Order: sequence, then C-alpha cells, then structure tokens
Amino acid sequence: MSILIDKNTKVITQGLGATGLFHAQGAREYGTQMVGGVTPGKGGTVIDGFPVYDTVREAVAKIGATASVIYVPPPFAADSIMEAVDAGLDLVICITEGIPVLDMVKVKQYMQGKKTRLVGPNCPGVITPGQCKIGIMPGYIHKPGKVGVVSRSGTLTYEAVWQLTNVGLGQSTCVGIGGDPVNGTNHVDVLRMFEEDPDTEAVIMIGEIGGNSEEEGARFVKEQMTKPVAAYIAGVTAPPGKRMGHAGAIISGGKGTATEKVAVLEECGISVAASPADMAKALLKIYTPRN
Amino acid sequence: MNIHEYQAKAILRKFGVPVPDGHVCYNGASAREWAKRLGEGPWVVKAQIHAGGRGKGGGVKLARTSEEVRLIARDMLGMTLRTHQTGPEGKVVTRVLVENGCNIDRELYVSLLVDRGTSRVTVMASTEGGMDIEEVAATTPEKIFREAVDPLVGLTPFQSRNLAFCLGLTGKLTGKAVKLLQGLYDTFLACDCSLLEINPLVVTKEGDLLALDAKFGFDDNAMFRHLQIGDMRDFDEEDPNEIEASQHDLSYVSLNGNIGCLVNGAGLAMATMDIIKFSGGEPANFLDVGGGATIERVTEAFKIILSDRNVKGIFVNIFGGIMKCDVIATGVIEAARQVSLNVPLVVRLEGTNVEIGKKMLAESGLNIVAADGMADGAQKIVQAVAA
Repeated sequence: MSILIDKNTKVITQGLGATGLFHAQGAREYGTQMVGGVTPGKGGTVIDGFPVYDTVREAVAKIGATASVIYVPPPFAADSIMEAVDAGLDLVICITEGIPVLDMVKVKQYMQGKKTRLVGPNCPGVITPGQCKIGIMPGYIHKPGKVGVVSRSGTLTYEAVWQLTNVGLGQSTCVGIGGDPVNGTNHVDVLRMFEEDPDTEAVIMIGEIGGNSEEEGARFVKEQMTKPVAAYIAGVTAPPGKRMGHAGAIISGGKGTATEKVAVLEECGISVAASPADMAKALLKIYTPRN
Repeated sequence: MNIHEYQAKAILRKFGVPVPDGHVCYNGASAREWAKRLGEGPWVVKAQIHAGGRGKGGGVKLARTSEEVRLIARDMLGMTLRTHQTGPEGKVVTRVLVENGCNIDRELYVSLLVDRGTSRVTVMASTEGGMDIEEVAATTPEKIFREAVDPLVGLTPFQSRNLAFCLGLTGKLTGKAVKLLQGLYDTFLACDCSLLEINPLVVTKEGDLLALDAKFGFDDNAMFRHLQIGDMRDFDEEDPNEIEASQHDLSYVSLNGNIGCLVNGAGLAMATMDIIKFSGGEPANFLDVGGGATIERVTEAFKIILSDRNVKGIFVNIFGGIMKCDVIATGVIEAARQVSLNVPLVVRLEGTNVEIGKKMLAESGLNIVAADGMADGAQKIVQAVAA
C-alpha cells in the first residue's frame, strides 16, 4: 500500500508543452500509467503516443483518468486546476511555480465541498516508488519501502530520499506539498494519510521558514500519531522579511522562524535533524525497521 | 516589490481611500511652491525611502510656514537616513513628500493580508495605531480584531461594521470606516497585494478618517498583470546584486558572511546556508539557480556571487535530478574560466551521471575541491576560507 497514488492511478498531463511532455515521458518510463494529455485546441491529435483532448472532462470520459498533473504556465494554471476539479478527478498535482496567491485563494474556495485533492502548486509532485511517479523528481534515487516523506521543498526532498536509500531505508510515498503560501495539501493532511497507511512505518517531515504548517503538523504528531517522525527545518540562517525563493518562505513580522519551528517540533516529540545532512540519521535515532 | 509612500497614497486615492493631500518633491524650492498650493499649513515633510522608523531618524518633520517647508526639504534631500530597518549604512533621501498636516484625535491600525491558515484575505484592525503591531500582537493580542473575507462574496458591510465598532468608531464614523475598508479591500484585490498596511489610520478632530501612512507589499507572482505597478519600482532602493540576479531569473538574497553559495532549489539553497553555519562558517548569500541551470545562468550566478567583495570562497551544491551532473560540471568549469576564479571552490554533485561530472571537474585543471555529500562540502569550504 501507499498513499495518494499507486500502480492503478491513471494520469493525464494538463499542459503537454515541452516541459509537460518531457516529464510525462519520464513518468511513463518509470512505469506510471500516463494515459493522455489535455491541451485546448489540440484535441484529437497524438503526441508521442499520448492521446490529446481539448478538455479534462473529455479525457475522463474517454480514458478513465483518475489523476492529473499540471504544467500549465502560471497565468492560466488556476483555471486548469478548477477544470480538473470540475471533471471530478480524485487527485490533481500542480507542478507550476509562480501562480498568483489571490488566484489560489479563489481556487481553494472553489474546491470547498468537492471530492478532489489538490497537491501543490509549486511542488515536485508525488511518487510511490516502484509503482507510480507523478512529477519532476528523479525516479532512480527512490527505493520501495516503509518510510513516508512529506516536504515543502523539491531538491531538499531528493536529499532526504537519497539519504534514506543510502542507509537502506525505502520509501512508501514521497509527497511534495510545495512552497506557496496557499496550497491544496498541508503537512497535517499528509501526516494523517501516513498514519492511516498500514505500509508506512515512519515519516520524515521537511519544512522551512514561513507560515505555521510545520507547527500544526507537529501538534498532530503529538496528539494523533503513533508512528515515529523525524524532521528538518530549512532556514535557520534566513534573514527576516526576505523571500527565500519560494513565495511562502518568508519570515514576516518575526513569525515563522526556523528556530521557533524546531522548538515546537521537539516539544512534540519529533526527532529534529540540526543539519540537513543528518535527516536519515535523525529518523534512525527513533525508528528501527521491522525487518 | 515595495513602493514609496507617495506612490502608495496615489493608488489609495484612486480607490476612494481618504489620504492627506500631498505631492512628491525633488528640491526645496518646489517643495515650498507645492506647499502653498496644497493649503494653509501646517505641512508635513516626509523622506521617501523604503524603510520604516523614519520619524525617529529625522525623516518626518512638521513645518509651520512654506519657507520652513523649503528649508526642511532642502536639508532632508541628500541626507543619509538611518532607521532600525535600513541598517547602519542608512539610505540616501532623493525625494520628499510634502503634505497637509491634520489634527489627530486618535491613531488606529488596519492591515490586509492573505492568511495561510484560512487561505483567505484577512482584515486586521487594532486600536493601537502608530505602534509596532508585532509588539501589540505579542503583548496585548486582545487589542487586535480580525475578519476573514469569503473570496466569492468579498468584504461585506457587516464585517466592516464589526471592525469599526471594535475600534470605537461610532456615529458618522461607522459609515466612513465601512467605505474606507471597502476601498482598501478593492485596492488589495485590484493590485494583487500580499500586504496592505495603514499605520496609522487617524481619526481627525474634525471627525474624518485619514490613511496617514501606507505600506504595500505586492505578490511578485502576479506582477505580470500589473505593468503600471512594476513601473513604480525604485531600483535605487534595492541591492544591485539582487536586481542583476532577478534579470537572469536567479533567486538571490545577499547576506553578511563570506562563503558564496550556488545551489539548485530554494529549500536546498536554504539548507546549504544552514549547514555552512552549522560547520562554523557564515554564508554570503542565498542563491537558487533553478532546475534548468544552463551554462549561461551558472556563469551569471558566479559573477554575481563574486561581485560581493566579502566572498572568500564558493560552495556549489547541486542535487541533479532531471538535470544531469555532467551538464552542471560543464557549466561550472566554463563559468570558472570566464570569471577567472581566484577564491577556493568546493563542488558537491549528486544525481544522474555524477561520476562523469566528478571526473570532468577533476580533469579540468581548475583548482576545484570535490566533496562527498553536503556535510563534507560545507566542512571543506569552511576550512578553505579559514585557511
């Protein structure tokens, strides 16, 4: 088992341009069921074996897609998310970076009461190693196993995964929730799924400065989780008031500092790595694999 | 992106938010003439720099006569203003805002921002105007009132009335507050703000509401649809390296240390700064070259890092995912040659084709120290810089 995606997930790509196509091909090579794409105006064509549809509704009706991955440029991405939600997909993963925050505020409101789960935007995607890869992460660094990974950052997730794989710990599912201030899925959502997943034994949570998603995650760990959780928070050296790449990575009004977050996490019984090179080590301090 | 107070007030005026009449001036004589046109006095002369705390630094002064306006403006223009937000080097004042003074009865606080918790625009108000709002939030949180706005309905009059009554704005002031808050909400949406802060919002002795100061933060992601706001950007107020970096789509923030960092990915870039500190060094910058690090971008990144004279060594930390390590290695070698690198360079590569990449660096004839993992790399660059 795993969370969010597995070998049965049928994925369409919204925005099958150069970038979208490149990653769709990569996902297909990994073994993901990439069943087609949506590019308005190009319906009826086939691009490198991917049947293309004009609308998401059509793609769902004709090929039974259950999930979509979005590479549509930022000015149009919010509309693409809503189109996918309207078509009733279970899961929408938005890779696009740079969507205006107020567009996402509308999307969040639009999604109220609908069944679709959104991951992202501005995220690397989701991977269940050995079964399904949706997004831009390199597949080969992963290894099937029992550790769940949830993170706001892309390359820092690869770093954690690589450390795990190198000490022989495989991963159940790795979820990049993205670096934007308003997003579809937060740390708590993913932690809850990992807690309920019988094949996840432990979790690494990666966070960064800004907001309080990590603190809420930590309180959830303390109150409702039975599985061991290790963490790392990036940005101890980040100055206040400066956006550190991600739109959401900013210490505003003295709030959301790494030091504050680490303190809350530790209070909640999470094993926090002081150095980003020690994420797997921090997990092994509190977790012994069953086999 | 930030804008000046006079620009902020021009935007607010357009959306029907009451602000004092005023004009931006670049020399003393024009300040005097504008003062006469604006009214009878007294006037306030305000230095226009992108930093708070101007009053304490001598950047806000009251003038009783138009001649006094001229003298104050003359002295203020060209002066270096130091506040708690400018740092010790301060900022040179190149323009002043001359505006009509007002009779302040009470000072209040209002701001709008996107609240992550509710994913909604939230209006915050407080009776403690003119104060540092973070301090109010920490010491007397009960003096801060909030209304979260449903994006489909917008800010409703009842929500604005709720806030008005919390602020003690009764009688005719209630209606004025509703109108003002609506204007602020309209501004926030129309300009894709990330923050809009009015501090102080004043109640005058004549019974009017006036936004006496205004601070805007804009969502960088939305600036593609606001060319006019982009035109208000004042490059003199920004770090030249950060401007240069933004023109090459590099995300760069300058810091005070001496170890330059070149990394792919924002999270890993922050983590790299952290591990340098953890290893006993100080990072000179945050720099994310992004996923598609071409030779040109890596070269520009090197140039920007090296233009910071404090930099005594560079740590390149790349986790090549989709990006192959041999491509990165080519970029690093090419860049190092072009900029005739003369400080220690430690490179950590991981990912696809890592062995080819490492071999290329080793055979390049350049003085590049290879690192195994980010901890090893951080230790090596800290040692190299200390030596």
